[in-house]
This record gives sequence, structure tokens and C-alpha cells, in this order.
Amino acid sequence: MRMISTVLLAGLTLGLLAGPGLAADNGDGARLANACTSCHGLEGRSLGVTPVLAGQAEEDLLAKLKAFKDGTVEGTIMNRLIRGYTDEELAALAAYFSSVTPEAVTQ
Amino acid sequence: MTLKLSRRQFVSGASAGLLAAPFALPHLARAQGAAKVVVIGGGFGGTSLARHLKRHNPDIAVTLIEKDQTFSTCPFSNGVLGGLWKMSDITFTYDKVKAAGIDVIHDLASAIDPDKKTVSLKGGDTVSYDYLVVSPGIQFVWGAIEGYDEAAAQIMPHAWQAGPQTELLRSQLEAMEDGGTVVIATPQPPFRCPPGPYERASLIANYLHQEKPKSKLLILDAQENFSKQPQFEEAWERLYPGLIERVPASESGQVMNVDTATMTVSTAFDDYTPAVANIIPPQRAGQIAIDAGLDEGKGFCSIDPLTFESTVHRSIYVLGDASLAGAMPKSGFSANNQAKACGEAILAAIAGREATAARLLNVCYSFASADYAFDVADIFSVEGDTIKLDIDEGRVMAVGLSDEIHKQEAGYAHSWYQNITAEMFG
Repeated sequence: MRMISTVLLAGLTLGLLAGPGLAADNGDGARLANACTSCHGLEGRSLGVTPVLAGQAEEDLLAKLKAFKDGTVEGTIMNRLIRGYTDEELAALAAYFSSVTPEAVTQ
Repeated sequence: MTLKLSRRQFVSGASAGLLAAPFALPHLARAQGAAKVVVIGGGFGGTSLARHLKRHNPDIAVTLIEKDQTFSTCPFSNGVLGGLWKMSDITFTYDKVKAAGIDVIHDLASAIDPDKKTVSLKGGDTVSYDYLVVSPGIQFVWGAIEGYDEAAAQIMPHAWQAGPQTELLRSQLEAMEDGGTVVIATPQPPFRCPPGPYERASLIANYLHQEKPKSKLLILDAQENFSKQPQFEEAWERLYPGLIERVPASESGQVMNVDTATMTVSTAFDDYTPAVANIIPPQRAGQIAIDAGLDEGKGFCSIDPLTFESTVHRSIYVLGDASLAGAMPKSGFSANNQAKACGEAILAAIAGREATAARLLNVCYSFASADYAFDVADIFSVEGDTIKLDIDEGRVMAVGLSDEIHKQEAGYAHSWYQNITAEMFG
């Protein structure tokens, strides 16, 4: 059901690039990311030691998330949280955060 | 409708326009016109919700009703009690919230009329809404502990709503002579911040250990077991051996009555006369939620977990500590996550779309000292009419970890606080 196609990801990315007004129609990645930003900062632009996710390369983000999931990388909380996410959800999250500009454009 | 309200509507609309203009990007025209969302309560739930809506649809007229001029966070308030940081470090104004185009009204919401879709304010104004979000937090059930009322809380502070109560308890700890006993009395669940009393015990112990080493800390506990218990007990043994004593429920830990005249705190079997008594009483949803009948006499409010709409009145949403959100604890993190899920549901409703289920998280860091923290990290899913914990095992950080890991955790806790407060007040 939750098939993330290339077309959908491209659409999601375009939607975000088109400006904050369009974000009312948040895609899967953006909606999922709402839960992450409580620690990682608004739109993944962490102000503290929690890693900045905004604007990271999509393949790097996905590789890191998958490494947390299969236990090849150990974090303090990520290994535990990631257990609840499907691979499709991780792909949507990586696509979303990679599409966000690292500099704040909204408030 | 009063003239004041009309002016507010005008100002709100103007500031929304100003906010949207600098983007210089077209946003989707709303055929329905500007929807009006009123939010009661400027804490983690209400402020996060208001900001989320405005960030994602600047056309929405968002009004936030909050009685206080500033907000002091319960998270990190135990650090103020322990002297790790100051009250000013955990206190925020609504200036940036207002600058974001949200109409902040500093007044107390005194009544809701779900038929007319209006909220009455104590100051006399009436505010109308299309969507109402109720996020009032908790209030205390005065008298549940015999002798413990609002007046008693001035002598035996609860400090379970951060602000003057936090400062009162801190000043009592500072004034206490070395060798005194500090009592922390906990309530039966459900209460705000399940690990909070034990973090508080840790950070007060940290202060006593450093400044008043002959003193003792006694937890009179209405619970038999508690959140992150192995991690707390490990930390106490490592950091403050012998300083903290706990009387669990099975050994008559629950405080039944207090007498502020004699500074006596009593369980069913024992009377204690501590130098400082921190009494955390039983809790229920804020009064506006009770008055509106949203709790159905249960003390907290049932919600549709998909949207956070009240099951009593579908046009009213309930967030945060006031809600019954399945397995989610009453925490600032939960309220912030719920606010974004609820916000997406409201955005969808305004746009005429179906709401989709959110993934919800709760991460809760607890400090045992300035450099020693640990966490519980949970993921939840909407299942039917409730919110279920996805994975029941391995939720909390392991015991037996190095000081270095716990120090790293303390850094992450600060980072979390910086990011979540910036999302609301930055």
C-alpha cells in the first residue's frame, strides 16, 4: 500500500522546493518527519548536537537509517526508534530531509 | 461579537498577509476563505499546534489563548530545582509566536459553546472559531490529599507546573540547613511526566550531595514501580549512595494527608516532619476541558487518535496532558508530536482532504546529574480507536553503560530542549 515510487518522490521534492505555501499538502516524508523534528530541529535543521538532517545526501541518510535498523551502527536512541519504521518509510524520510534546504526559509 | 474581536480579526489577517508576502511564492488559494482556528493553552501542545498550522498554511487565522505572559517549561525545571541552571533558561515569551502571525490573547478561556462555536474569555471577550483545539494541560485535584489545597501548596510546593512554584521550592531547598530531610510525595498515575518525580529526586540529591551532604531525600511513593526504575536506581547508587530513600506503595508510601502548620506529611502508617515537603498531588485535565464536558467525568479527555478530535464534540480537538492518548505518556514531547499529527488533520480538513494516520514518537530524557542522563524512546501507531506502543521491549537505555555514554546523553537532552523550544518559541 505504501509504495514510494520515484515519481512520488520526485513530486514530493518538487512540492517542497516550490515553497512553503505548498507544504499544506505535505507528502508522506514530510508528515513522517513531523515526529523526528522534536529532536532533530524544525525541518531537520538541528541547532544542537543532534545531527542536522536537512540537505544531507539522500543515499547517505538512507544508508545511515538502514544501518541503525540492522544494528551495524549503534546510536543512543536511534536503534530503538527505527525498529518501528518500514523500509518504505525510511526511504520517504531520507527523500524528505535531503530535499530540505539546510538554511531556514520559513519560521 | 465585540469591537475588540473585530480589531483582533483585522490585525490577525493583516499579520498573516505580512508573513506570507516575504515568501513571494504563490500558495494554494483557499476556496473556503480563511479558516479560523482557536487554540486554548500556550504550552507544548497548543504552541506547537499553532506554529505548525501557520508554517504550513499562512492563510489560516490562528488565535492562541494563554493566560500567562510567559511560559516556563516543566521539562528542565528539575534542573532549576537542583541548581544546574536558572529559571530564565527555561522561560519563554510569546514574542516570536506573535511575530509568526499568530494572534496571542493573554486571557483565560472560561467557557466553550460548541453549538455557536465560540470561546468566552474571563476578560469579557468572545472569540469565534471554525476549529477549536483545547490543550490546557493539567490541574490539581485539591483535597485528594487531605489538607493539601492551593494555600498548602504555598508552604509545601507541588512545583508540577513550572513557574513561581519552581522558584518557591528552590528557595526552600536553598534555605534548608544541612542535615534536613526533603520529602517528595508522588501521586498515583496517570500524572504529567511519569519519570519526573524521580528525575527531581536525582537532581535535588545532586544539590544536597554537593552543598548539604548530611541531608536526606525521601520519596513517599504512591506507585509500586516507576518509569526507568533500573536506570534511576543505578544512577542513585553510582552518584549518591545512601542519600535517597524510597517508600513504595506496598510499604505504605502513598501520602494521605498533610498538615502545613506542623510540617507533617502522613502516610497510612507513618508521620514525617521534613524540612522541605514537595507534594505532587493527583491531576486531571485543565478546567476548561472539564467545564466543556470533554472528559465525560473521567478526568481526562477521550480523543479520536487519527485526528485528536474529542469523542464528545467532533469540532473540538484535545491535545497533550489533558487527553487520553492511549499508550502515549503525558509529556512535552508527546504533546508536541500530537500537535503536529492534529495539525496535519486540521490542514487536511481545511483543504477538504481525508486525514491520514501519523507515526507518533515519545523520547524522554532524564537527568541524574548535569553530566548523566538516560532516555526512553518509544514509537506508537494508531490502531482502531487507540494509540498503541509498537514495540514493548528494549524501550529504555540499558543499565551498566559508561559515564561517557551518559554524558553524551546529557548533551542530546540539551539539544532536544534547544530544538523543541525553538520549534515553539523561536
